[in-house]
Amino acid sequence: MTTIPQSIAHGITIERWTRASRLALGGVAIALVLFAIAPLTLGAGAIDRLTALFIYVILAAMWNALAGFGGLVSVGQQVFFGLGAYFTIRLADAGLNPFLSLFAAALITGAISLPLSLFMLRLKGGEFAIGMWVISALTHMLVNLDRLIQGETGTSLISLNVYDSGTRRVVIYWLALASMAALLGLLFTLLRSRAGAAIQAIRDNEDAATSLGVRVIATKRLLFVLAAFGIAVAGALWLATATTFQPKTYFSVQWTAYMIFMVLVGGIGKFEGAILGAVLFFVIETFFGAMGVWYLIGLGATAVLFSLFLPHGLWGEIERRFDLRLLPVGYRVKFSGTPDTPRN
Amino acid sequence: MRIETNQQQPGEAFLSATGIHKRFGALVVLDNVDFAMGQTDAVGIVGPNGAGKTTLLSVLAGAFPPSDGIITVNGQNVTALSAADRCRSGLVRTHQVPIPFSGMTTFENIYVAAAHGDAVGRDEAYERVIDSLTLCGMLGVANRRADTLGLLDRKRLELARALATKPKLMLLDEIGGGLTDGEASELVTTILELRRRGIGIVWIEHIVHILLQVAERLICMDAGRIIADGEPRAVMADADVVKAYLGGTPA
Repeated sequence: MTTIPQSIAHGITIERWTRASRLALGGVAIALVLFAIAPLTLGAGAIDRLTALFIYVILAAMWNALAGFGGLVSVGQQVFFGLGAYFTIRLADAGLNPFLSLFAAALITGAISLPLSLFMLRLKGGEFAIGMWVISALTHMLVNLDRLIQGETGTSLISLNVYDSGTRRVVIYWLALASMAALLGLLFTLLRSRAGAAIQAIRDNEDAATSLGVRVIATKRLLFVLAAFGIAVAGALWLATATTFQPKTYFSVQWTAYMIFMVLVGGIGKFEGAILGAVLFFVIETFFGAMGVWYLIGLGATAVLFSLFLPHGLWGEIERRFDLRLLPVGYRVKFSGTPDTPRN
Repeated sequence: MRIETNQQQPGEAFLSATGIHKRFGALVVLDNVDFAMGQTDAVGIVGPNGAGKTTLLSVLAGAFPPSDGIITVNGQNVTALSAADRCRSGLVRTHQVPIPFSGMTTFENIYVAAAHGDAVGRDEAYERVIDSLTLCGMLGVANRRADTLGLLDRKRLELARALATKPKLMLLDEIGGGLTDGEASELVTTILELRRRGIGIVWIEHIVHILLQVAERLICMDAGRIIADGEPRAVMADADVVKAYLGGTPA
């Protein structure tokens, strides 16, 4: 994935990696290895918490890709979270290995998002955002009709019980870690590709993008389906850790609210921002989660304060102050003889 | 869908529009317009505000379909094709009011065009971007976010992006508006360079004296119709054209 800047002409090169970003990539690799061996030393509670963190990172990165890079602001992404969990229950009930069911369920959810995109992506702005919520509410009711689910009583991923709880916990932890790493890698590669440039162009101006040869609907669909798949993976993993499935928990708008919180606080439209936001959310939840209603009020107030005073989020602020880009998706023109040219 | 590039017959139109009507509700904006041009022609379009010039350009570029009529590029009927597909067959437009990708840098704006106008490898796309930046005098602002650019640079960006798609024919919509004399003459130099490269031009412009430095043929529109079409000086002297501009009525 490492690219040496291409020499063009007149001493101009196009920089895609910086020294800091190469170091950051190395840091990410080391962190992943440390996380991978962490279960050897961590207790059950810590393993469960870290599993939750990995799921949060997936959710934040997916919503950020959709809204921050693609301009597709949705408040109904919980539909894919819920469907990921629901299809896992269904497939496991049909006899498929529960761990395999997790990923098969995400694939099915991704496949369902394709026909859904045909009409949802015709909606613009707020209509799309609210339309997705409507789709989610509708899907919630349809899932309730499934007798296996027993309405809001819900059911459990019983077939996981054949594994002892220690093994189960660690396997789910590793699956969550691997899913997070793979999905982040996939997103990062996509956003750095020419499709990634097209995604951002569509966000900024659809008419201009189409007049320059960008196939707008196809590009949006790619992003929409990828986000649906990623969020379904998160939903399925959440089911695996929680084991119980109650539709109203999974199809709750709170999931999208969390995604929005993480992305706004971390920095919308910045790849690093979503990850930072997920870590912050995780820390806040760990320390204040037990405070119930006051915790939720605090979350809401924090989100409002950030959108008022730090609209580019924490990472946006760090990037601006220190000109630091750790996981850059953009392009920077370098002129030989000038060591650095400011971006803004 | 890619349009096959047929060997063009001499005298055959690269771009043609036949019987174009465009209505928005009861409002008739284009009224039976016929238009054809060769691939390397330079055509100017003038006319009073509301004559339908920009609408004609939009219909040709595929921003929206005509209510009636057929558009062909290189002999292929493209009436049902999107602007993106028309761009990929060599027909690109600029916008009268610049619409940059605000959250992206100048370089990235142009890269989107270079990487999609005509699918190419990354190195060729980079080279095309650098070429566009150089030709349009934008190298100095290559790393600036487009929302920090002033009007002049935004206008240049429209041209640079369109150029990076490697067009055969460019539809330019008032890219000279609001420029000083010095800036306008720079623009003429740039467009003459495009002509030298064999790119055809359709240019809507109110500033007639700069238009006439480029256009070999002039079309005057009024009230959704083409009222004069031919050698530029002859068109400017045409009685109907003078009347359209001065708002006179037949005696």
